[in-house]
Amino acid sequence: MSATQILQSEAGCPSGLEPAIDAGIIDPAPFVRRLRDGTSQLELSVYGAKCGGCVAKIEGGLMTLPGVASARLNLSTGKLAVSWRDSAMQPRRITQKISDLGYRAVPFDPHAAMSQSDDEGRFLLRCLAVAGFAAANIMLLSVAVWAGAGGEMGPATRMLMHWISAVIAIPAAAFAGRPFFISAMSALRKGRANMDVPISLAVLLSLAVSVFETLNHGRDAYFDAAVMLLFFLLIGRWLDHRLRARAREAARGLVELQATAASRLRPDGNLEAIPAREIAVGDRILLSPGDRAPVNGVIEDGASEVDVSLVTGESAPAGMKPGDTLYAGVLNLSSRLVMRATARTEDSLLADLTRLIEAGEQGKSKYVRLADRAAALYVPVVHSLALATFLGWMIIGDAGLRVAVMNAVAVLIITCPCALGLAAPAVQVVATGRLFKSGVLVKSGDALERLAEVDTFVFDKTGTLTLGRMSLSNRDEISDEILMQAASLARASRHPLARAVVDAAGAGQLAAEARDVPGFGVEGVIRDSKARFGRADWVGADSISQSALSESWFRIGSAPPVRFEFEDRLRKEAAQSIAALHARKINTEMLTGDRCAPAARIAEEIGLSPWRAQMTPADKISRLNELRATGVKTAMVGDGLNDAPALSAAHASLSPGTAADASQAAADFVFQGDSLRSVVTAYDIAKQARKRVLENFAFAALYNACAIPLAVFGFVTPLLAALAMSGSSVIVTLNALRIRAEKDGL
Amino acid sequence: MTALLYLIPIALIMGGAGLAAFIWSVKSGQYDDLDGAAERILYDDEDPVDSGE
Repeated sequence: MSATQILQSEAGCPSGLEPAIDAGIIDPAPFVRRLRDGTSQLELSVYGAKCGGCVAKIEGGLMTLPGVASARLNLSTGKLAVSWRDSAMQPRRITQKISDLGYRAVPFDPHAAMSQSDDEGRFLLRCLAVAGFAAANIMLLSVAVWAGAGGEMGPATRMLMHWISAVIAIPAAAFAGRPFFISAMSALRKGRANMDVPISLAVLLSLAVSVFETLNHGRDAYFDAAVMLLFFLLIGRWLDHRLRARAREAARGLVELQATAASRLRPDGNLEAIPAREIAVGDRILLSPGDRAPVNGVIEDGASEVDVSLVTGESAPAGMKPGDTLYAGVLNLSSRLVMRATARTEDSLLADLTRLIEAGEQGKSKYVRLADRAAALYVPVVHSLALATFLGWMIIGDAGLRVAVMNAVAVLIITCPCALGLAAPAVQVVATGRLFKSGVLVKSGDALERLAEVDTFVFDKTGTLTLGRMSLSNRDEISDEILMQAASLARASRHPLARAVVDAAGAGQLAAEARDVPGFGVEGVIRDSKARFGRADWVGADSISQSALSESWFRIGSAPPVRFEFEDRLRKEAAQSIAALHARKINTEMLTGDRCAPAARIAEEIGLSPWRAQMTPADKISRLNELRATGVKTAMVGDGLNDAPALSAAHASLSPGTAADASQAAADFVFQGDSLRSVVTAYDIAKQARKRVLENFAFAALYNACAIPLAVFGFVTPLLAALAMSGSSVIVTLNALRIRAEKDGL
Repeated sequence: MTALLYLIPIALIMGGAGLAAFIWSVKSGQYDDLDGAAERILYDDEDPVDSGE
């Protein structure tokens, strides 16, 4: 078995969830932390690890390196911490090893502050635990009080129960109420009122009233209601936070995409590893095959094929020679290049795109979520109702201050925004989980709401409507033997056409003496005769295709050459998905950077119109803005780095799992798999989720319409308040769960 | 009813112990990698000791 074959069959996730990543190796030397006791530590982000097998493989593989003391991979965040004692060990061997195992490892830059551990989440979880503990214990005591209300329980015992409740409730509320108190305070300071103001008021007032009642040997205390209110609201808050944290993690940032380390050629010819942000204009940088260009530059030495898909969105690699310009982010495929930096990282193309993306994201952050819009309506209504109740009882009734305050507090508690606070997060958690099952990842909290409002879908072509990679289209015309022979050569190359042949042939041998000839093809020896696979003129055949990218020739010895034809196939169910969108009264449009002829062919084939070709990233954004100006809300579907700014400028955006990292980071949804159907599924679920959220709000309104009169006229007891509060929360959650039964699109 | 005088403190102490244990587990990072921990139990800590075969 050849080394290449081992790589083919055993690299990557053993569960088959994720194919092996053919990645370059970054020298992480500048990011190693050296401790005083002689240990070195390195943190890496690992891509492609999906299951426990991956953890075992990566950790086990690294432990075989000399001196490695520990290796621990966090499967949820993809963060790998390695420490070793042998100062002679090259850090590059760690990334090399991970790459050999079929994963991509990028140094984790502490400066980028991505390691912000989830402090906020832990804080909410602690508050939730305290509130839950307090609510359960106080409820035990309250049930005893309610059960003994018939007279079995003496006033002394009831007093004791109330005092114990107070001792639990007051510190618990002081601890668990902080998320609300802090937010309410900051809102009040700015002269505004948010949802947390009535929540804080309800909790504080009901505690104060209950203490007052207990002191005066009163019958009713609201300790249980105050703490339960916090408990239910914290559940909603925590769910919401977890969604956002997941979204942030999925986005993990464009910073990492900038090849964080670079190899600089010193004037004396030696190499040194430096962080990419230290590259100065004029530095000579060495790009090994598999490296990404860290900055814009010009090739000084070497010729190679370069994957520019990150920049142009087109899957065909470009041949590059000395004097050609390289943009930051392009991937060197076949042989070593020396480039001279013409810009620093901050001035490189990638940085420009990052700025465009950020501009788009700022626009999105102005979006007001449904729950916040409901809260804006809710807050003044509740406040004026409670105030009116208080004044009403003071002026009309003759029961005095105590009863007036009790009833006003009852209004605040009974109109508790529990249902409102749970309504949206519960639906979003269920909808996100439902989409995850269909292979769609939701990346931001309000993405579902925005997608549900969309009326036009705008598609990129290459990689979005099509699969974005070449595949063999004339398999039937080629004999099995020829295919296997060609594949044995192709295994030596990273060129997309070679990969397509290997895909078609499956696992097998590597030909003897096979070597990649950049710009031409692969040659080697098969059964003692010389064989070549590559460009027509190099192989000795007459090309019958205009584009060098759609064909490749194979010749063994002096036998007649065989033509391999390639095409970028459409995604599965592309036409049906477009038709399904039309059936839902959604307009579609295609914007592509490609030429007119192929664009027209694809648009015709799947029934998509209108379309525009030869669009630059800026053109795409201006077209989106044009649509927005006419009041159209667009969803952008795209995959190339050139689409990333458009993705963040659109009202909602989706990108396939094969997309450039930056595009995945900019998109609201990332869908896996080869089918375009996921786009329709995402739209359907988003629509459903919006419907459920609105239903929940309607229910909350109805519930308030019944409960408020009771509270205003003083009929609410603590028992009734507790029942109403938990009852409404349960109903809202059950309604949200209905989304799970939703079918896939089409 | 005097049983309450010691039953309620016992209940509270037991509940409080559970709460303290939970807060400790959150603090010590046991909820940071839910996916990995579930799988980690399935594989061996180290290669089997040479059994002389």
